[in-house]
Amino acid sequence: MKELSYPFDPGFLIKKRKKLKRELLENNVPKIKKKIAVLGGSTTSDIISMLDIFLLDNGIEAEFYESEYNRFWQDAMFSNEELDSFKPDIIYIHTTSRNIMEKVTPKMSVDECKSALDREFERYKAMWESLDSKFGCPLIQNNFELPFYRLMGNRDCYDRRGMVNFISRLNMAFYDYAEARQNFYINDINYISACYGLDKWTALDYWYMYKYAMTLDAVAEFALNLANIIKSVFGKNKKAVALDLDNTLWGGVVGDDGVDGIELGEETPNGQAYREFQSYIRQLKDIGVMLTVCSKNEEENALAGLNHPDSLLKPEEFINIKANWENKDMNIINTASEMNIFPDAFVFVDDNPAERTIVSSQVPGIAVPEMNGVENYIRTIDRNGYFEVTSFSEDDLKRNEMYAANAKRAKAMQSFADYTEYLLSLDMEAEITDFLPVYIQRITQLTNKSNQFNLTTKRYTQSEMEQCANDPNFIRLCGRLKDKFGDNGIVSVVIGKVNLDVVEIELWLMSCRVLKRDMELAMLDALSQKAVEAGAKKLRGYYYRTAKNKMVAGLYESFGFTKVSQNGEDTVWELDLEGYKNKNKVIKIVN
Amino acid sequence: MTRAEIYKRLTEVFRDVFDDETIEINDNTTANDIEDWDSIEHITLVGAVENEFGIRFKMGEVSTMKNVGEMVDIIASRA
Repeated sequence: MKELSYPFDPGFLIKKRKKLKRELLENNVPKIKKKIAVLGGSTTSDIISMLDIFLLDNGIEAEFYESEYNRFWQDAMFSNEELDSFKPDIIYIHTTSRNIMEKVTPKMSVDECKSALDREFERYKAMWESLDSKFGCPLIQNNFELPFYRLMGNRDCYDRRGMVNFISRLNMAFYDYAEARQNFYINDINYISACYGLDKWTALDYWYMYKYAMTLDAVAEFALNLANIIKSVFGKNKKAVALDLDNTLWGGVVGDDGVDGIELGEETPNGQAYREFQSYIRQLKDIGVMLTVCSKNEEENALAGLNHPDSLLKPEEFINIKANWENKDMNIINTASEMNIFPDAFVFVDDNPAERTIVSSQVPGIAVPEMNGVENYIRTIDRNGYFEVTSFSEDDLKRNEMYAANAKRAKAMQSFADYTEYLLSLDMEAEITDFLPVYIQRITQLTNKSNQFNLTTKRYTQSEMEQCANDPNFIRLCGRLKDKFGDNGIVSVVIGKVNLDVVEIELWLMSCRVLKRDMELAMLDALSQKAVEAGAKKLRGYYYRTAKNKMVAGLYESFGFTKVSQNGEDTVWELDLEGYKNKNKVIKIVN
Repeated sequence: MTRAEIYKRLTEVFRDVFDDETIEINDNTTANDIEDWDSIEHITLVGAVENEFGIRFKMGEVSTMKNVGEMVDIIASRA
């Protein structure tokens, strides 16, 4: 929703949020339901209602538990029936500098300052560990904003007896804790309050009157920042950008002005701004974002512009380049289908408001930031948090290379008349194993973001996945596929529950980047073998229809399963394992 | 700004905040007259009124305002 895209009007959001919520609930974008516990050290009602609409905008319909005012510590440390029975999917601890109990003063010794810091940190750590042992769900913790006054002036920042120093050190202790864990995230209010302006952020009247830790107008930016962590944890990040060229990646129109006439490089202020924007876009590849071009241009001119001597984004940096005179919404839909991702996984970046309007109205769910003035481009994209990094796997680093390898495969395919011949020519090798600890993070990530080739669309938090990995009642398989063009990494996950002589397939999914490679047959072979070893006689598969997984409606049938029941579009299938013969003929298994 | 002008804009703020297009307000309107007007919504309302008129209420004023009429008095003296 345009109103919820940064930069927004916080006054408008405060005033209209009930109406916005109504509209977001009524639109047809599919939503997942999540339970969020908010444990606050200050008033949290406005935070929750604002967070609610930002989450809805990301396709998450949240149910909230809200601790009593300033009861975050009690809720975390002691039993609370209401919170226990709520069973949160994620817990958020909203504490601020107002909740710091230990203080340092100029009268204290260095040792006293150190132990005050330790005591404060241990208080939080005890709370996190208590919550983790009770709920085992992802935990989000605020860091601390800087204090609004400095007793010693500038010295406050470098002297251990200053509160600015104390808060900075406490924040560092939080970061060390977070960095060593995978299910623990910091909501960086220190950064957001600085962006907003600390004096404006710390509205003392709001604290004295309502126990608000920040001014009401800052709640929108705060809530966006927090919503970004939550939607990222639940697999709702964007995956790709579709970039316009003229006046987006350089100043001017390459078709009219010629390569020598476009503004890009150190010579002019505009040229510098476009170059820095290109540098930002190129950095997005480092966090696994896929780059594509969507431009109304002759392809020849587009390529010439990208090959400008000061260009940081040469044509080979992109997975897909559409430079033609088609409508942009159609180009994006085509690009998405060529990449096997959904159009709503794109961020469309274009300086032209008319193009933005068409794309946002024709491509539901796509993000279309307002690009006004090249000097604002980076901030606009960055602050919207489309690509918020909560987990960081080897796969993210390699994603662009993998898609580039896919393009090479597509080219190779054209030289084969027979598809099986082509598959054999790829020299595919698969490693299909139990969930090894080193793969758990990737398995969880893949499980939570796979929508199309996913039979049950069951989601797992990392700790649920770890529990499953240690449970002897489950058969777990994860498959890694390599070929002569590259390593695709972990691309398929299957979880089966052994129930007497039946293995019930609770999860079966595969990354769309390896569609039509017979990897699903290799997985079925491995599952059948494990099932027989576990004493099972039958496999039972479930297909739960969602808006996105139609492509696998007939998967079990294609495997030779028999349909045993149907409820609407949801179906249940069984396969007798007696005399099972391996189906994969093209992938070599190398465990 | 005349009181009539203030009331016109203020009524819109009330209707937005409580998401109810039928709300009418006058000098004697209090929290008791509007169903959703509780202590939490009061903060939102005050913030929205401040934004609408580009003013900031003083701490003492927020807690002592007895009805909409007094709120309009303060707005009229500043906006």
